[in-house]
Amino acid sequence: MRTTEILVIGGGPAGLSAAIEAATLGAQVTVVDSDLKLGGQLIKQTHKFFGSKDEYAGTRGYKIADILFEDLRKNADRIEILSDCTATGYYPEDGIVTCMIGEEKYFRMRPKKIVVATGAQERLIPFPGNDLPGVYGAGAVQTLMNVYGVTPGDRVLMVGAGNIGLIVSYQLLQAGVQVCGVVEFMPKVGGYWVHAAKIRRLGVPIYLQHTIVEALGERTVTGAIIENLAPDCTPGGKRTTIDCDIICMAVGLAPTCELLWQAGCAMKFIPQLCGHVALRDPFMRTSHPDIWIAGDAAGIEEASSAMVEGRIAGLGAAGACGYGTPEERKERFAHYSERLADLRAGEVGEKIRIGVSAASVQKWEE
Amino acid sequence: MTDNEKTFNSGILTGERPGAVLPPKELWESKKNGLVLIECPQRIPCNPCATSCPTGAVIPFEDINDTPRIDYSKCTGCALCVAKCPGLACFVADLTWGEKEALLKLPYEMLPLPAKGQTVACLNRCGEEVHRTQIVNVTQPWKDSTYVVSVAVPKELVSEVRAVKVV
Amino acid sequence: MRLIQEHPILDFEHGKKKKVRFTFDGSEMEGFEGEPIAMALHAGGVRIYRETPEMKRPRGFFCAIGKCSSCFMVVDGVPNVRTCITPLREGMSVETQRGRGEVRGEEERRN
Repeated sequence: MRTTEILVIGGGPAGLSAAIEAATLGAQVTVVDSDLKLGGQLIKQTHKFFGSKDEYAGTRGYKIADILFEDLRKNADRIEILSDCTATGYYPEDGIVTCMIGEEKYFRMRPKKIVVATGAQERLIPFPGNDLPGVYGAGAVQTLMNVYGVTPGDRVLMVGAGNIGLIVSYQLLQAGVQVCGVVEFMPKVGGYWVHAAKIRRLGVPIYLQHTIVEALGERTVTGAIIENLAPDCTPGGKRTTIDCDIICMAVGLAPTCELLWQAGCAMKFIPQLCGHVALRDPFMRTSHPDIWIAGDAAGIEEASSAMVEGRIAGLGAAGACGYGTPEERKERFAHYSERLADLRAGEVGEKIRIGVSAASVQKWEE
Repeated sequence: MTDNEKTFNSGILTGERPGAVLPPKELWESKKNGLVLIECPQRIPCNPCATSCPTGAVIPFEDINDTPRIDYSKCTGCALCVAKCPGLACFVADLTWGEKEALLKLPYEMLPLPAKGQTVACLNRCGEEVHRTQIVNVTQPWKDSTYVVSVAVPKELVSEVRAVKVV
Repeated sequence: MRLIQEHPILDFEHGKKKKVRFTFDGSEMEGFEGEPIAMALHAGGVRIYRETPEMKRPRGFFCAIGKCSSCFMVVDGVPNVRTCITPLREGMSVETQRGRGEVRGEEERRN
């Protein structure tokens, strides 16, 4: 049986930040990640990040991943990394996590503390033909073109004008792929206005108050039908046929929280955080005394805040193992909390503020 | 919802919103090297325009969610913010460039990268071609693959042209 | 192959990667060693990875993080392999999965 002090599940921005934070305090950390490459969604981001210098604002996402990798290397004596390794189950009766490397090799691990930073999974909306090859998640399109350099298709229809839909549209243009348009159900773009302006000035139409009603094609996507919605969202408006071979779905993400359910963490459905999430205290600790959460698994938000949450969770878990002095922990915690509050203070952070407040408890009963 | 609002909601700057308000005319017409226009009308957590400004012309933010405010007397038209802004929302317009033409410095992150003297199409905020001109200069201020391309456009197009496309 | 050769930000260095050969439904294809099988297929123009058990609907790539089961294929005789996160190796046999897939030896056991 393998053991470790802190097991971090998920090697994206939140998990890596948690691992680095815990290791710099002196803890022994193991990171497991189901992907072949570490870094989660960060390594797919070619755009420069928002936020402040603390969150590497103005630096491209994949370069931020490089900075985190360098921090991992600096703490290599205290951080073990297992890629292509999926945490498949948590057994609350003895605190064992089962893991699978590739498709064949299984092992069990007993960590003292766990940080669940499992990220999110893509949502899909119902419409005829939504199962056709060519209907791809936006994250998948990013993986294809930005990690592996494969052209996803010739003409893409983007569904959803949140930050992901807008950013991936821009990235498609950078990869030389035509973007036929962005379809958005709401009367305004959900992502940052500046991201919309970037693709608008390159000639990409944004169809507000529109939805996709059908994917066309027998064996693979050959087009799509979109429909204008009335202001009260009733269907039946004007329909337009779009000639495309890829329909890219950026209609939202859902937190990945199966392990948290298995662990019996107190969960709550919070629409502003995009699904069921574990309740957490200010240190990101769940109702299970040995489990912390961070990043999209704790509620869908931006990578910049995921990195700060990861820091807080890593700090909490390392603190519970006895690392760092109380003063040091208090100081770091105050710093991270302030940064997180700053990131969420604006108009686009309102939804998150409501969600986080609904998911927060001040203190767990010991 | 008015058409104007709807257009704005889809990412096109309209009306008197921050960014659409131009610098003081007199200063702008006399300031060599140009002044910055920042089209960032929404409160989002982002401050690189201010932190990258070497002269303090983009007034330091009190709250990271502030929208940028500019002290035009300090702006030197250096375009460092043009190349730094994650939203590609900063542009520099130099009205002293010529009698009829102004020089626009625009962010550029596409392929192919145009060369000096190459003909490009000038696009407005909704991607329509409104003019053709030659590239005056191409720089890469932060060596991070965001280029600043300079193009000369008729002065009446200063508030319209926001991108170029190689033709 | 549908590869991005030039990109304004990224350098994929396709030329430096090691190429391997594999078969897709019997015909020979090429891909990069260690990269997910699904990426090599997509680069080779293959969009359909399996067929559903009941409706016989074609399915392809969807999530690319090993979670949606849309890209399950039969790899070296093993069904339900998540091709979006399974690395490609020289000589692999990759087949379109029709239906639920048979685990090797299962049929003999049943009979």
